[in-house]
Amino acid sequence: MNYETVIGLEVHAQLLTKSKMFCGCSADYASAPPNTHVCPVCMGMPGVLPVINRQAVEYTMMTAIALNCSITEYTRFDRKNYPYPDLMKGYQISQSYAPIGCNGCLAIDVDGQEKKIGIDNVHLEEDVAKLLHRAGPGGDGYSLVDVNRSGVPLMEIVCEPDLRSPEEARQYLIKLRSILQYLGVSTGNMEEGSFRCDANISVRPLGSKELGAKVEVKNLNSFKAVYLAMEYEAKRQRKAIVEGKKLVQETRGWVEDKGKTVSQRSKEYAHDYRYFPEPDLPPLVIGRDWVEEVRKKLPEMPEARRDRFIADYELPGYDADLLTREKAMAEYFEEGVRVGEEVSPKELSNWLLGEVSRIINAGNIDIDDFRKKVKPPMLVELILSSHGAINAATAKTVLENMFKTGKTADEIIKESGLSQISDTQELEKIVAEVINSNVQPVADFKAGKEMALKFLVGQVMKATKGRANPQLVNEVLKQKLAEA
Amino acid sequence: MKLSREEVLHIARLARVALTEEEITRFSEQLSNLLENFEVLQQVDTTDVPPTAQSVALQSVMRGDEVKPSLPPEDILANAPRRESDCFKVRAVLE
Repeated sequence: MNYETVIGLEVHAQLLTKSKMFCGCSADYASAPPNTHVCPVCMGMPGVLPVINRQAVEYTMMTAIALNCSITEYTRFDRKNYPYPDLMKGYQISQSYAPIGCNGCLAIDVDGQEKKIGIDNVHLEEDVAKLLHRAGPGGDGYSLVDVNRSGVPLMEIVCEPDLRSPEEARQYLIKLRSILQYLGVSTGNMEEGSFRCDANISVRPLGSKELGAKVEVKNLNSFKAVYLAMEYEAKRQRKAIVEGKKLVQETRGWVEDKGKTVSQRSKEYAHDYRYFPEPDLPPLVIGRDWVEEVRKKLPEMPEARRDRFIADYELPGYDADLLTREKAMAEYFEEGVRVGEEVSPKELSNWLLGEVSRIINAGNIDIDDFRKKVKPPMLVELILSSHGAINAATAKTVLENMFKTGKTADEIIKESGLSQISDTQELEKIVAEVINSNVQPVADFKAGKEMALKFLVGQVMKATKGRANPQLVNEVLKQKLAEA
Repeated sequence: MKLSREEVLHIARLARVALTEEEITRFSEQLSNLLENFEVLQQVDTTDVPPTAQSVALQSVMRGDEVKPSLPPEDILANAPRRESDCFKVRAVLE
């Protein structure tokens, strides 16, 4: 029998507000000493009154609109009760019954075909405190609680179980993160935990309409982890079904170094959240005029930008797609195009997707880190140099030095004497030497062996340490060989 | 409406409260009485009254995204039963 994998993802993204969701404490907790961004509201002290951060609501609306959701007019917050030390109040303020956005969709690319993934809802809640686990002297551990993160606005995006493979799940996440970055509502950084993903996965006989026992997989800290964990789970569940074992609905954690998922919670911990409307927050009415105002303010989205790159810069779809995935890369490209009229957009794209991407991947950095050393006009200047002063191979070395030192291409070329030899007289001398010391290849060439010319060009390039203009070498060589 | 012993134990477990036998009996009665009061309230005819979770006529109360000072860690930790440096110390919890 054939089986299909059914995946649904829940993504939590921290919003880039200055202050927390319900109080004025700073939301920028990353480098703050423990418990310095905390107030009575964060602590859930008796008598405190949380107040909704308008910017967080607007960021969530922006996301919901970009994901083609309808915006709920009468929305509100609910209490999700669960006793756990990462919640000082004993509950999390979330949205269960009337999320801000509903019934949207996000189109992903599957083997060149567009596939629409349903978005069930986009809602707003608060992040929880950070727990630091410590091992005690006798192996008995304890935990330390840092409340700084508690109350940071957290947006949850829940998709329909429309994903059918680990690759589709990966594509969905890449697309979703790109949208959040374009909107400027979240950094989308998975490693730092500002973009988190939980996955629901089940397996069922192909053609069946019912869902199999759902397994929730947690602790997915990278796109790669999501892909590998989904691949592992799909295989594990298929095997269990084939062997006639019964799968149970459970939560499993991805263990990166073992490359597998392990069961996390037994049934006795099954949650009973007892959601009820948050009595401290009056209902939130989102007027249609506010929705329209936000809709008008939305920046250009990745797809629109990709189409514009194809139309305006005559780029192939492949280039346009890769360049627009990350907002920062798209901006870098457009800045380069603006200052570099003599460089074609396609050539700039080749450099960005080739050498620049290689440097970025090798250093495990991003385009913003690269920009700190090599600004778009500097890259354009280098590309222009590769049209004359230096050859293409040298240009790659120069770019690496530019990234290492932050110097301009001109500075590096001058300092290291890398500039191309375009002086015919100087070349003629070297060519004459090469002809004198390579009697056999010269004879071969005269006997009609074209390959011998390539060898001789190679010898000249070697003698000039790659600085000669290859076209000029060809010309001078042919001329000298004819004379010889 | 009489609450069963199991229901009382379930609620106690969710609230992480340990109950003695005597307390189970006492709270069963008290909670049952509370529910009976709600049964009285349920007799009111609410056919034309829209449901609400609020008793005040406010809506859409929001604040601008401005940072205000937080409290010093010493104040935040003043009531901590156990602490280590500037953190609350709790029993080991697994993620």
